Amino acid sequence: MSEPTEQRIKDIIAGSDVGLFMKGVPTAPQCGFSGTVVQILNGLGVPFTGINVLADPDVREGIKSFSNWPTIPQLYVKGEFVGGCDIVREMFKLGELAAVLNDKGVAVAAL
Amino acid sequence: MAMAGPDIEKLIREAFPDAHVIVTDLAGDGDHYGARVVSQAFAGKSRIQQHQMVYAALKGQMGAALHALALETGVPK
Repeated sequence: MSEPTEQRIKDIIAGSDVGLFMKGVPTAPQCGFSGTVVQILNGLGVPFTGINVLADPDVREGIKSFSNWPTIPQLYVKGEFVGGCDIVREMFKLGELAAVLNDKGVAVAAL
Repeated sequence: MAMAGPDIEKLIREAFPDAHVIVTDLAGDGDHYGARVVSQAFAGKSRIQQHQMVYAALKGQMGAALHALALETGVPK
């Protein structure tokens, strides 16, 4: 990964409390896994930034080596990688996702 | 591109000789699988680390030949 791409990724992650590297945009996910995470975040009432990797091939590949995670989507909260679709879904089911968001000072809608 | 279920299972078993492994073909297209891997090797590891360990076992196939792998990992009870 080139240095400019790595810096761009760091800036994107630092640029929002909750950032979702995804295929498509929040209003039109282009992949079922990305769509699942969007639904979970919307269900928790958590505002987030969707980063459409389909529109940015360098970031699409760079994010995988950046996080040592081979797939998209990838969820970041306050700069920390939380997981891909499986882990976010499992955490949501167990109530851990809301706890992590609260711990990091991200408001979650009362369920 | 695609992978066969038994090949996925073989790679996982090579990396986790003690593991209980179940690989299911979710879509019948050789591209969407589920895998449940239970191994002592995951003890003390976060979920992210556990999944990264399985991805490493797949030797770069994840996200390449293998489009989707719904992973469930855990430590033997």
